[in-house]
Amino acid sequence: MRYIPNSPEERAEMLRAIGLESAEQLFASIPEELLLRAPLRTPAAMSEPEVLAKFEGLAARNRAAGRPSFLGAGAYRHYAPTIIDHLISRAEFFTAYTPYQPEISQGTLQAIFEFQTLVCQLTGMEVANASMYDGSTALAEAVLMAERITGRSRVVISTAIHPEYFDVVHTYVQHAGIELARVGYDEQTGQTVIDREKALDERTAALVIQSPNFFGCLEDVQRMAASAHEVGALLIVVITEALSLGLLRPPGQCGADIVVAEGQSFGIPLSFGGPYVGLFATRERFVRQMPGRLVGVASDKEGRRGFVLTLAAREQHIRREKATSNICTNEGLVALAATIYMTTLGRRGLQEVAYQCAQKAAYAARRLASLEGFALPHSAPRFNEFVVRAPVRADELLEQLAAERKITGGLALSRYFPDRPNDILVCVTEVNTRSEIDALVAGLKELTASSVATSLSGE
Amino acid sequence: MKLTKATPHITQNEDLIFERSRRGRIGYRLPELDVEEAPLDALIPRELRRDDDLEGVPEVSEVDVVRHFTRLSTWNYAVDHGMYPLGSCTMKYNPRLNERIARLAGFADLHPLTPEEDAQGALQVIYELQEHLAEITGLPGVSLQPAAGAHGEMTGIMMIRAFLDARDGKRHGRSVMIIPDSAHGTNPASAHLSGFKVKTVKTTPEGLTDLDQLRELCATGDVAGLMLTNPNTLGLFEKEIREICRIVHDAGGLVYMDGANMNALVGWARPGDMGVDVIHLNLHKTFSTPHGGGGPGSGPCCCTKELEPFLPVPRVVRDGDRFRLDYDRPHSIGRVKAFYGNFGMALRALAYILTHGPDGLREATETAVLNARYLAHHLASDYERPYDAPPMHEVVFTDKRQARKGVHTLDIAKRLIDYGFHPPTIYFPLIVQGAMLIEPTESVGREELDQFIEAMRSIAREAEEDPELVRSAPHTTRISRLDEASAARRPILRWRPEN
Amino acid sequence: MAAYVPEDLHYSKDHEWIRVEGDTGIIGITDHAQQSLGDIVYVELPRVGDTFAAHDAFGSVESVKAVSEVYAPVSGEVIEVNESLQDEPEKVNADPYGEGWMIRIRLSDPSEIDSLLTAAEYEDYIRQEIE
Repeated sequence: MRYIPNSPEERAEMLRAIGLESAEQLFASIPEELLLRAPLRTPAAMSEPEVLAKFEGLAARNRAAGRPSFLGAGAYRHYAPTIIDHLISRAEFFTAYTPYQPEISQGTLQAIFEFQTLVCQLTGMEVANASMYDGSTALAEAVLMAERITGRSRVVISTAIHPEYFDVVHTYVQHAGIELARVGYDEQTGQTVIDREKALDERTAALVIQSPNFFGCLEDVQRMAASAHEVGALLIVVITEALSLGLLRPPGQCGADIVVAEGQSFGIPLSFGGPYVGLFATRERFVRQMPGRLVGVASDKEGRRGFVLTLAAREQHIRREKATSNICTNEGLVALAATIYMTTLGRRGLQEVAYQCAQKAAYAARRLASLEGFALPHSAPRFNEFVVRAPVRADELLEQLAAERKITGGLALSRYFPDRPNDILVCVTEVNTRSEIDALVAGLKELTASSVATSLSGE
Repeated sequence: MKLTKATPHITQNEDLIFERSRRGRIGYRLPELDVEEAPLDALIPRELRRDDDLEGVPEVSEVDVVRHFTRLSTWNYAVDHGMYPLGSCTMKYNPRLNERIARLAGFADLHPLTPEEDAQGALQVIYELQEHLAEITGLPGVSLQPAAGAHGEMTGIMMIRAFLDARDGKRHGRSVMIIPDSAHGTNPASAHLSGFKVKTVKTTPEGLTDLDQLRELCATGDVAGLMLTNPNTLGLFEKEIREICRIVHDAGGLVYMDGANMNALVGWARPGDMGVDVIHLNLHKTFSTPHGGGGPGSGPCCCTKELEPFLPVPRVVRDGDRFRLDYDRPHSIGRVKAFYGNFGMALRALAYILTHGPDGLREATETAVLNARYLAHHLASDYERPYDAPPMHEVVFTDKRQARKGVHTLDIAKRLIDYGFHPPTIYFPLIVQGAMLIEPTESVGREELDQFIEAMRSIAREAEEDPELVRSAPHTTRISRLDEASAARRPILRWRPEN
Repeated sequence: MAAYVPEDLHYSKDHEWIRVEGDTGIIGITDHAQQSLGDIVYVELPRVGDTFAAHDAFGSVESVKAVSEVYAPVSGEVIEVNESLQDEPEKVNADPYGEGWMIRIRLSDPSEIDSLLTAAEYEDYIRQEIE
């Protein structure tokens, strides 16, 4: 086995050196009847070229990977500068553990400190942690944190958040004595509507909204914050498209108390859903209720600046069942990649990418809205995602578009909202060229031409 | 001349990236915008846009970025530098082939909401890994959705709860999760998240679970289950595991195994054969996916047939030669994460299993145990071992002898850095005063083990002859020990222009 | 370093002290407690108006690597809290019986004081604990 330095002869010598004769004796503390007699039934060992060939074959079966795509809905295609992968592939970063020994982990620690700072700057919040698993679990942790802070047990969640995020929150809180209530959205604007009298009360720990929401519509975060605060509840804002922060008013400036986000947009590969990275930010006064690791500044004996894991008494290895969370391993290397992305794009680039996304999405929306039989059902301002209503069933139309035009046209909303059979959630980012957008428009036009003609003649 | 592992060398200083920022520097270039622009105010009203021009976000060139992060990287110790013997963390070699595979465009560029027909390769990867993990653990139901070990624990414990609710009705009153006093802190935290009260079972003087106390705890009728690490965190195999499982099962509870120490068992013994009901694995430990300075991890859950209906949705299943996502699982605990888990880690773990084959997996386990046993043998003359039983893949020592000279575990750990090694896990498990938990893994050659032994012996001598040298270590790093108390009293958790 | 145990205070086996002043008492943790905890980095205290029975946890103290609850030696209502510990928790290390005091309570049952240890008894108690 090429990953094992010691040869069989060396191992035999080592066995003799400790007074044993066979490898089996190493396992003498395992009862005889539990020892495996037959080899595991996994495939026989493969060489490097064989393993590579197998995975290349499997990769080729993922036909969608190379196509123009307008899928978003929680995972976004953006350009990742080449240096990100180069830098995170440095063994000093990717083969290190959690920085428990600060004297030989300053690289990781300083990078996390920079990550925390960038997350604060972008969200407009005061403190951010070293990362959560992803946006969905970060939201679940935010809900649990709101319950701890307020001592209240009811959480009101907009139906316009990512449906999978809601599912994750539901799983996390099912044994925590938290009641989840939903508030709906306005069909016309696409924005969350709160009947303040009914929805929020003095038992409410938090109101949860997503902005831009799942339909791509921007919420009025400021008004939502005011509604929540009026009854003493917190406002939790979740963001799935983190690059929107390059253009949109940060939730921290709108009164949000906890901001969580999926950071995948910051240079992280789509990779069929993970690993991604959860961003988690809040107000300074809530820092001791935060989940996850935190890195802070410290000095050594000579007064030199360094960085350490700090406020660890919140965490499971010290507080055990009373910890703020059970999280231990988080998404360190992905957070590093996001840090390098935010740094490389920097102050100008984050704004320019966001601007291009908004402009390209607006262009695509204008073009699609002008098609016979198509409409944009929601009127609220948007960033880079929007819903377009087709004259036919969305899932069948998208299937046809993929098969005949080799374009992934977006998400059929019926996957999550069965009552919206004709709606497509379209995402356009800076990597979608004008010719791709035009091909999408042309494809949808031609594939629906016959049904539009039929329905017109039928009127 | 005898070579020691490390000698001091010069490192470079580097500011925070925010302090390196200079107005007007650019590190990127985008293609020109190729669509007609609409007035921004017409798209997004001004009051919904940010007005701070991202003040404070760095402005740096590509060269600045590369040098910055490269310099930072040189301040880290890493597996590729050498032995990284953190007990319970399994810091083994991270194969480069696996990195290459995870970056194949067909995987890296695949959107999670791609229609199943166009993502067959990815679904097959998940399915095959599930099958192999089921074979390795002897537990047939597998979900790759949990993102890390603690996440897998939460998933497994919630499954136990759902199973009991289904079997005994919601008012079964089984509210207690039993956890050994030697357990990882994540265990009680995960049990609490799942709504259980924690009761602690003690460790015997032999370093094993106290069966008498376990029987007592199980006699009260309110036990939902036991969370057990095996080999336990002292590196000892719970040889009464069958009896332990029987006691818990007879009391109507289930057994959860923390799979953090599976590197001691793969190819030699299977939790499913021991009577375990559900386990999580750490792909970032046993199956070589990189730790990345604190993640990403991956914590698949493997369970018995009886528990399978309760696994998170969606499941990845096979219909003939087609793979699909199955959401139709009415007893499922629900989703624990958006999409399907840390797929990139699944790719790497599958490549690891295929590269090793059954013989290689067994060989890796055998070598990991041999290496730990070799250290245990050669360090016993200089350091106190609290438990005599032969260890599996990791071994615990204490500072008892050195403490007489005022040298403690933390000092020994810091002094090891000067010898070119990452310290072991220290002060864990909590039941061992001054614990040093050493896990060499299979990725260390004999000469490096010998160097480590020599370093530890040398430190033991220094503790006798020049304790202050050890107490003030490390002496060769770019910074010395940091004042963690001041850092926690007045935390500075982000850069601001004024600080 | 031997722990300092002032004569005029009453002590609990959980290592809290109380100084009785009329029908009120000032509570903190002992020198021995702060020594074994090490550098204290955070003190969590109750609010004025909260009430506690004897042996209830009224707050907690954190060091870098540990957290411990602090228990009320006797029953009472909190009438004053040492707010300065929020910013300077190190006072508990530097002056546990003075500036490091934690709360003042109104005693609900002054006779409970009799069940506490005297300075001499507490000194014996911690000596036994060490052995």
